Amino acid sequence: MPLELYLDLHSQPCRSVLLFAQINKIPFEFKAVDLSAGEQYGEEFGKVSIIRKVPVLKDGDFILTESIAILQYLAAKHHTPDNWYPTDLQKRARVDEFLSWQHTNIRTHGSKVFWFRGVMPAVTGVPVPKEKMDAAVEDLNASLKTFEDKFLQSRPFIIGDKISLADLVAIVEIMQPVGTGLDVFQGRPALSAWRDRVKKEIGVEVFDEAHKVIMNVDTLAQTFENKGLPEFLKLKIQRMFN
Amino acid sequence: MSLEIYLDLFSQPCRSVYIFAKKNDIQFDYKKISLFEGYQYSEEYGKINLLRKAPAIKDGDFYLAESVAIMLYLTEKFHTPDHWYPADLQKRARVNEYLSWQHSTIRPHGSKMMWFKLLIPKAFGTEIPKEKMDNAVEDLNSSLNLFEEKFLQDRPFIVGDQISLADLVAIVEIMQPVGAGMDVFENRPKLKAWKDRVRAEIGAELFDEAHQAIFYAQEAVKTMDPEKIEHFKPKILRYFLS
Repeated sequence: MPLELYLDLHSQPCRSVLLFAQINKIPFEFKAVDLSAGEQYGEEFGKVSIIRKVPVLKDGDFILTESIAILQYLAAKHHTPDNWYPTDLQKRARVDEFLSWQHTNIRTHGSKVFWFRGVMPAVTGVPVPKEKMDAAVEDLNASLKTFEDKFLQSRPFIIGDKISLADLVAIVEIMQPVGTGLDVFQGRPALSAWRDRVKKEIGVEVFDEAHKVIMNVDTLAQTFENKGLPEFLKLKIQRMFN
Repeated sequence: MSLEIYLDLFSQPCRSVYIFAKKNDIQFDYKKISLFEGYQYSEEYGKINLLRKAPAIKDGDFYLAESVAIMLYLTEKFHTPDHWYPADLQKRARVNEYLSWQHSTIRPHGSKMMWFKLLIPKAFGTEIPKEKMDNAVEDLNSSLNLFEEKFLQDRPFIVGDQISLADLVAIVEIMQPVGAGMDVFENRPKLKAWKDRVRAEIGAELFDEAHQAIFYAQEAVKTMDPEKIEHFKPKILRYFLS
């Protein structure tokens, strides 16, 4: 039975998992989950994961959620090149440190900006109040500053000369607000240079393909209109960032 | 002593690191810091951890932040018993899954209750609007429900028969709202039984010692100097009540 990965490429953690599998030529079956239609709340998906989030990995009988855990599992199981998750004690600790920090920093703030700019207006029909938007962008800027000052500094990649899981997770999160028209790389030459380096290591084509959906997110409003957003999903979305 | 560990035991991730180090007889220099007094903002502490959070370690020349990264580093460096972070691929994945999930669920929801039920009203003298309080309680309950349904189920511990880092990280977070006077174990017999098991495995004395600050939180807040924590007020109110 082949490895199954349940993914929606609107989701940052789905992109890091997809890219990792592709880069390392890990064979898998792409199981599309449509988050905009609320598929994760359906009965079918509930049998896969009651957490009702993506990505999910299904390896035979073994079901695993949480992209960080999935990436660590794939790295170990498929003996991927050492640079992704080094065996060296201190290098690995540096990767773990970033993977831990990012959850409630870059991830939270990048997601929030994405929701406020790209999703909420499509769902509610009105823009998010300026004060809330400004606060969200301010938080994102603070995270990006910490990213540059502490995690990247003047290194080519987060932990040194080679790309690791840390860079992969960082890039997909930092790309999230970009699709809504907020170019976080503008005015940040060090960050831009790092992004170019990471893209090159991943493979520009592969990277762009994974990010196609997010870069076309202005079509989301039309998507919601076409499919009809279920009421429970609308309420959930509205409550989410209150 | 070459290993320094910077801790304020009011903080959940400080407690898990403290308990882990003590339980495994890891020799360290206990650097007690006070978050309420704002030591994390000092120039001195900025050299230890630029993220200005606790816990942090200094192992010779090596500095590390983020409790999850710290504990993974310690398990590896000190070759702690396998059950804490099993070498088995699937068991380890289960630990990683929990350690990842908890960042944006139990951790913030439990933290919020300490702020909402105790610190903000008693120390800042600001009332929490009913709707926000109800939402916060609902979020914590949803997280606890998922914890029981998905992560614990009918197992003695999260991963199976033995305690792991997952249980340690879970217990310190779940104890936080308890310190605010919220009995999360009421009507949750399975959760309570798990807590008792975890406390016994850690050692009741060590567990209780680590949680002193939490057990006395309601008393301590009565004598807390409001002037000392005034500097936190705008940040906290914005974070939780905007």
